[in-house]
Amino acid sequence: MTTAPILRIEDVYKSFGETRVLNGFSLTIQPQEVVVLVGPSGSGKSTLLRCINLLHPPTAGRIWLEEQEITAPGVNQDKVRQRIGMVFQDFNLFTHLTALGNVMIGLTKVRKMHKQEAHDLAMLELERVGLVERANHYPAQLSGGQKQRVAIARALGMDPHIMLFDEPTSALDPELTGEVLEVMQQLAKEGMTMIVVSHEMGFARQVASRVVFMEGGIVVEEGPPAQMFEQPVHERTRAFLRKITDLDEGGK
Amino acid sequence: MQQFLELLGNAFPYLVAGTLETLRIATGALLLGIAIGLPTGVGRVYGPPWLQRVLGAYVTLFQGTPLLIQLFFVYYGLPSLGITFPQFIAALLTLGLNSGAYQAEYLRGALQSVGVGQMTAARAIGMSETQAIRSIILPQALRLVLPAWSNEVIAMLKNTAVVFVIAIPDLMGQAKILASKYFAPLPIYMIVAVFYIVLVGITYLLLRQVERRTQIPGLTNEAE
Repeated sequence: MTTAPILRIEDVYKSFGETRVLNGFSLTIQPQEVVVLVGPSGSGKSTLLRCINLLHPPTAGRIWLEEQEITAPGVNQDKVRQRIGMVFQDFNLFTHLTALGNVMIGLTKVRKMHKQEAHDLAMLELERVGLVERANHYPAQLSGGQKQRVAIARALGMDPHIMLFDEPTSALDPELTGEVLEVMQQLAKEGMTMIVVSHEMGFARQVASRVVFMEGGIVVEEGPPAQMFEQPVHERTRAFLRKITDLDEGGK
Repeated sequence: MQQFLELLGNAFPYLVAGTLETLRIATGALLLGIAIGLPTGVGRVYGPPWLQRVLGAYVTLFQGTPLLIQLFFVYYGLPSLGITFPQFIAALLTLGLNSGAYQAEYLRGALQSVGVGQMTAARAIGMSETQAIRSIILPQALRLVLPAWSNEVIAMLKNTAVVFVIAIPDLMGQAKILASKYFAPLPIYMIVAVFYIVLVGITYLLLRQVERRTQIPGLTNEAE
């Protein structure tokens, strides 16, 4: 590819005390790519996402976001995070704000928009995730799937250049995962660059441009979904993907 | 009965004046307590370690010693260091500092019970830590702190009674004067107790209204 990468992760290490979670992780992502990150629990997937948006800055290694090295000293981390949307497993909606308020607060407080402007944009974002009629509901009045869609709208409101999804459907009842995955699929279609930690193999097959299998804090193998699912090179990848694919299909 | 009504009639204006004085001190001390307790509570949770230790020492000092000693220290003790306050100011300062310590602790508990995910999510959309505390954490923590804070308000109304020892004519101070003036401690203190109960009762009802109005829909069950 000739385009400049949107994200470049180079030899990133992350330790928490004695525990080393990332072990020299490297990955380059092109604009509009959808990368699905899989791997056994404890392999460092969530930590990687939190390193990328500097919630947990790497212990060593460098990360570039659109040509800017965001791990360089003196970088305004708050500004970096505005360009990186993040969606969490347990939604983390602001409990004291309505769905609309959740989307608006970043617009008024961080993007410094006027109230009316923020309101209109927030409504557009809610429309994007199909929740206009829930705008005035509080998080406690929404279903899990609706909460996660509000969380996606909240992240989109910041106009991110890349979106990180940390197991966005793992906390949902099976019948609610569909509505969230649909929104994500739509986003991918619109050209959003996404890194998705997920074990939704159906989503990976249909939407991912690449599947990355990580274990022990490094990339073990990566490739287009067809190759990864049909003929992975590494035995570990094969074993892991077979296990979660079986589970996936067993559940249907 | 005739006698009692006559006593009540004579005492009433003084007790009303005393009540107003009590309310003045309680309100002032509570406001001072908020002004101190809010930053102290936030600092104890989010401040740098040295600040947390300093604020912790303040809280321990005021929670760990009797209110009466604090009042005597400020009113009788400090003048020997050349710092003299008028009675009313001494009372306000002591009660305010004391209440600030308790309010800081209530707020600390509330701040810590707001899930860490709220801070993470706020930072993830690009808020600074200060913005996140102000726009996301505090609005939730202040709702959580309301029940404990209501207790503090009620405790304060009654704690003000110690100020009579530095000759402030609050409700208790007036009662003391009236009891010896009319040689009738039993009826006077009974009447004063009723005054306090009414004061506390009205306050309680007001605070419950505030709690109800600030409730987040769907999050908490109505208490009744």
